[in-house]
Amino acid sequence: MKKLMMATTAMTLIAGSAFAEDVTIGVVLGFTGPLESITPAMAAGAELAMAEVTESGLLFDGATVTSVRADSTCIDASAATAAAERVVTSDGVNAIMGADCSGVTSSILQNVARPNGIVMISPSATSPGLSTAEDDGLFFRTAPSDARQGVIMTQIIQDRGFSSVAVTYTNNDYGKGLADAFQAEFEAAGGTVTISAAHEDGKADYSAEVGALASAGGEMLVVAGYVDQGGSGVIRAALDTGAFDTFYLPDGMVGSVLNERFGSELDGTFGAYPGTDSPGAALFVELAEAAGFDGTSAFAPESYDAAALIMLAMAKAGSASSADFKDHVMDVANEPGELIYPGELAKALELIAAGEDINYEGASAVELIGPGESAGNYQEIEFVDGVYSTIGFR
Amino acid sequence: MDFINAFVVLANFVIVPGLAYGAQLALGALGVTLIYGILRFSNFAHGDTMAFGTAITIIGTNALLALGITFGPLPTALLALPFGIAITCLLLLGTDWAVYKFYRTKKAAPVILVIVSMGVMFVMNGIVRFIIGVNDINFADGERFVVTARGFREATGLAEGLAIRTTQVITVVVALIAMALLFWFLNKTRTGKSMRAFSDNEDLALLSGINPDRVVMVTWMIVAALATTAGVLYGLDKSFKAFTYFQLLLPIFAAAIVGGLGNPLGAIAGGFVIAFSEVTVTYAWRRVVSYLLPEDMAPDGLLQLMSTDYKFAVSFAILIIVLLFKPTGLFKGQSV
Repeated sequence: MKKLMMATTAMTLIAGSAFAEDVTIGVVLGFTGPLESITPAMAAGAELAMAEVTESGLLFDGATVTSVRADSTCIDASAATAAAERVVTSDGVNAIMGADCSGVTSSILQNVARPNGIVMISPSATSPGLSTAEDDGLFFRTAPSDARQGVIMTQIIQDRGFSSVAVTYTNNDYGKGLADAFQAEFEAAGGTVTISAAHEDGKADYSAEVGALASAGGEMLVVAGYVDQGGSGVIRAALDTGAFDTFYLPDGMVGSVLNERFGSELDGTFGAYPGTDSPGAALFVELAEAAGFDGTSAFAPESYDAAALIMLAMAKAGSASSADFKDHVMDVANEPGELIYPGELAKALELIAAGEDINYEGASAVELIGPGESAGNYQEIEFVDGVYSTIGFR
Repeated sequence: MDFINAFVVLANFVIVPGLAYGAQLALGALGVTLIYGILRFSNFAHGDTMAFGTAITIIGTNALLALGITFGPLPTALLALPFGIAITCLLLLGTDWAVYKFYRTKKAAPVILVIVSMGVMFVMNGIVRFIIGVNDINFADGERFVVTARGFREATGLAEGLAIRTTQVITVVVALIAMALLFWFLNKTRTGKSMRAFSDNEDLALLSGINPDRVVMVTWMIVAALATTAGVLYGLDKSFKAFTYFQLLLPIFAAAIVGGLGNPLGAIAGGFVIAFSEVTVTYAWRRVVSYLLPEDMAPDGLLQLMSTDYKFAVSFAILIIVLLFKPTGLFKGQSV
């Protein structure tokens, strides 16, 4: 019995060393839960990048990159931690592409990634809290922090000469985080927030909220909500009572349904949502179509970029160990160097092998700032004659 | 001192929306209270009955519009309302025949019927989503406003605007008509009197030769009419979304219980109590007060008793206080 155990242990060791050159990346996303409709495209995006690198045969002289999927559930922190623990300890992943929602991302970072020294790059966690979280240099994200959106909102609103605004937000982490980030930024820039009032989604009546907002006053109303939920209800009531006629619409509020629901009543209203005019976005959509998934699905480009950054940083460090390549993520993502777009990972690996610098641009115009998060690209929109259109990029 | 502007602000943001919302809740609570009084259980499927009636009315409205029929300045949905009521009637009578009758003949305890109605609620939930989908649907047409905020300002020269939507006026008027008809029916007609007798004492009513099947049938028909009317008025005033109607159940039950379950007059009072408590307690009084006080005394703060986050807490606090001190509700209903 003892011999048998020793033999199997030895076998495992041999097996382990035989594939030491191969790389596994954990794809930890909420395959069940509130984001289950967009996570399949996100995972497909990440795996597209892995397939591209494997096919090129240029990472560590022909290493195969495999993906190990695990379910973060998006909302259940203990289930997410257990899933991440499994991919790290039993599947032995070199890095984690994930997680998706801010809450579970933070718990995986603190309970799994830091104790095990594993790099994680999230494609979609936007909570400002993650910017200041202790991460031992292991955490990055290809999504912008909502604090960044607060800055963009402040710029856009002040550029149009508004100095006093009322804010209403949907009563959850997203709405509250965005409203707080905006208020801090707007007040620091000399503006006044007359009131910041929550609204619940899917409720029967919003006259109480609009009454309070109108009483507080302000030149316009910032609606940090969802277009299919209470956000539209608040706008409807505000327009009808004549409380406000200009609104600012952040990412959750921009949707083509506004055109048919409000039309020219919203003329003069403006806002911004993530988007870039970089050629990478269009290239990625083509690649995704060839691979059989929707490249315009939310956060799919960011997922491709997150996986690509992990592999390029490994190549740069010449090692698949998180401790070695964590310091190279920022190098490959930012200037100086040759711009790299989706589908050009082989070229990037060749350049790295030749000792040259690269600046990974990817599908979402990646530019990592501060504690390793995307600088964020937004497209500014405005309503004219009852339809909104993009008028510029920030 | 500017009483007129102060009053206009208050009317625009509190009185007008509160009246319309209160009328919608009152109609819903009347349905709940009738079922409680006559059939003796709390019908949790009421919100979804409203959604079903509204969905059918929307389909009828679309058909009328496709034929080119409109109701002039009034919403076309009012023309389709009888059609919606008729179909909802069939649904409720069918449900009663298939589900509730079984438990009624077994003389099941009210709590069992409550749970059964929850089952019915989930089934209706599914049916509504299957028929019309989960999206927000706006089916109000015709003239949108009786008075617009801007028009009011220009006409009166006041600083404050007052907006009155057509749907708000229709809501209040239709609700008054429906209530008047209901009270006339319950107090003056033979069937109405037999329903009240059945509600007061089932055994005595049966002894005096009242046909229970007929009472039950008429009750469901009235409930179908009330629920569909309430749902359509609410949908016209705001918009139709299956999920929101499900959520309406809470304020409707609060209204029925505050007023006194089983008492129609109480349901109406309860509807307005709940609506106004949601709107007024969390209202920020700064604009009103700054018109009433001399300019140099104008307040800096919002003068808001509590944040709007707590508006549901307010209506449920009222509910608990009423139940603690008057378990039968404001008007004498049955205790729960």
